[in-house]
Amino acid sequence: MNADVNTNLTIQSPSENILELQNLKVYFALKKFGFQHAGYVHAVDGVDLNLKSGQTIAIVGESGSGKTSLMRTVLHLNIPTEGTVTFDGQIVNNLKSEQLKSYRHRVGYVQQDPYGAMPPFMNVQTILEEPLKINGIKDKEERYRRVTQVLEEVKMTPAEEFMPKFPHQLSGGQQQRVVIARAMILEPVLLVADEPVSMLDASVRVEILKLLRGLQQKHNLAVIYITHDLATVRYFSEYIYVMYAGQIVEKARESDLINKTAHPYTHALLAATSDPDPKNVDEFQDVPPGEPPSLVNPPSGCRFHPRCPRRIAGLCEVKTPPEFNLGNDHLVACWLFKE
Amino acid sequence: MADEKVIRIEDLKLYFTTTRGTVQAVDGVNFDLKPNKAVVVVGESGCGKTSLAKAVLRLLPRNVSEYSGKVWLRDIETMELSDEEYRKKIRWLRMSMVPQAAMNSLNPVLRVGDQVAEPMLVHYGVNKVDAMEQAAKMFQNVGVPVDFLSRYPFELSGGMRQRVAIAMALVTGPDLVILDEPTSALDVLTQANIFNLLKRIKSELETSFILITHDISTSSELADIVAVMYAGQIVEVSESHRFFSNPRHPYSAKLMASVPRLRHNAEPDFIIGSPPSLINPPSGCRFAERCPRRFEKCANEPPKYRFGEDWVKCWLYEGEGEPE
Repeated sequence: MNADVNTNLTIQSPSENILELQNLKVYFALKKFGFQHAGYVHAVDGVDLNLKSGQTIAIVGESGSGKTSLMRTVLHLNIPTEGTVTFDGQIVNNLKSEQLKSYRHRVGYVQQDPYGAMPPFMNVQTILEEPLKINGIKDKEERYRRVTQVLEEVKMTPAEEFMPKFPHQLSGGQQQRVVIARAMILEPVLLVADEPVSMLDASVRVEILKLLRGLQQKHNLAVIYITHDLATVRYFSEYIYVMYAGQIVEKARESDLINKTAHPYTHALLAATSDPDPKNVDEFQDVPPGEPPSLVNPPSGCRFHPRCPRRIAGLCEVKTPPEFNLGNDHLVACWLFKE
Repeated sequence: MADEKVIRIEDLKLYFTTTRGTVQAVDGVNFDLKPNKAVVVVGESGCGKTSLAKAVLRLLPRNVSEYSGKVWLRDIETMELSDEEYRKKIRWLRMSMVPQAAMNSLNPVLRVGDQVAEPMLVHYGVNKVDAMEQAAKMFQNVGVPVDFLSRYPFELSGGMRQRVAIAMALVTGPDLVILDEPTSALDVLTQANIFNLLKRIKSELETSFILITHDISTSSELADIVAVMYAGQIVEVSESHRFFSNPRHPYSAKLMASVPRLRHNAEPDFIIGSPPSLINPPSGCRFAERCPRRFEKCANEPPKYRFGEDWVKCWLYEGEGEPE
């Protein structure tokens, strides 16, 4: 690894958290007639998260639940309104150009739509060389060696054959491999994957997830995996965080979340995820009424209360539930578990 | 014979001319469907699913090089009709479609009520008031508040727009609705809602559906019959109970094994390689190259083997099923 670019971030022992979010809030101001103030979109509203190196956390939620805003804040594409993002013991809320460069060096990003994420006029080799050039690797042969190496790691062999190809000449699965290769080429310690398989065919999805899993284990990567599909999460993450309307409502180990589901919203998500089963035809799915709330004026108290089948009148709509610990790192923000 | 099926498709072909050669997008497709049933066409992207929908509804692009076969709708041979007759008598009256990414297929500058009422004005020649009344009825049917009639598409959420697109397909009371990936852009809960809606419509209005999708998990919510498409051809048609527990074709089995499941612990598998190009598809069985169970015979085109209503196009079933 190139030594002169990551000098100002100290490396700590792997047992400590690589990424910590504390009471993170990201609000976007709504403007009326250009400058008048018209309130905020509370995209992320008080999220705590601890990620150790080598660990995988999946963040599951519907669109508009704030998971992308959360991810963009981790990538330093949004600036937090409140709270802190701590990366490797250092607060990275507001980085300036050189620090930002070295931070991004160590954080990889796998985009959702691989075709949209790659410049169509660059071939695979140029795309993969770009981060190396930006981070000061001037030796042409060194760059070539690392491009070859990373392409082999994402199983695009022979690498020489793929290097001159342009994104449109690759299949969806291959495009996503190139995007993963680009995220991996600077040997990051944290990888943020935003719905990496949602645009791909079912038969390729598992292949890409297995590839990501393999890379994660081989390089002891910390991964934040963002998705709306609970079925794929199971094969990928130790921890699942369920996000609803800007807040995390349940945090649990993968098996606990599926088998000891606590929060009513998680129940609804699980019930709505179908398995291929011919019996499905005869039954209606149990779906909570309504739609996710607006994040400009989120509901008072628990944000799920207007849709919740188990709402406690007089409590849920008044007070925001704190996190209750159910043991084994299983936390749930729901008044049903106050004892 | 013909009238007990809603639709009967025989040897349907749709080829396109491109600069690199002829793309055989739909290559000899056969299937039929009884009234008030839903057939799900599953397959990977690029296998010709959407082209099949377009061929059935005769929504053809300009570069068609071959379009042949027979499509019977009840007792009408639709392929014998001229384009104008087809437009007047069949499309949207007897057979309609909810296009892929339906939420973005609405006209952004027209009110959704007018868009839903339009087929009534065009096909039945009713006056505006009656057409709007019918549109309001459809809105209730698909669970959109009636006062949304005067809204524009951008004022509706994704799930609501999808419901409007479904209302538009149902407004003329067609026998058959083709749904092309109706929920692929929607959230899990919205997706479940839409499938609940489709199930209700199916039992209340006795509509038949052709559902085109690559998502096998959600397809099981609606399927009575599953047709598996691979490289422009249908390789298996099975009744859904049979298909979801024990698919016949090796491709179907692989496809089922690749589905990540929430409630089983089986490790999902994937299919090695990619589907063949439709410009020069391989001779013999088109799946042979990726098939774990191939043998010498696979170099020849496999015939269809019948098991009652079901059939499979694979040499492994020689001697078991009835050849056709």
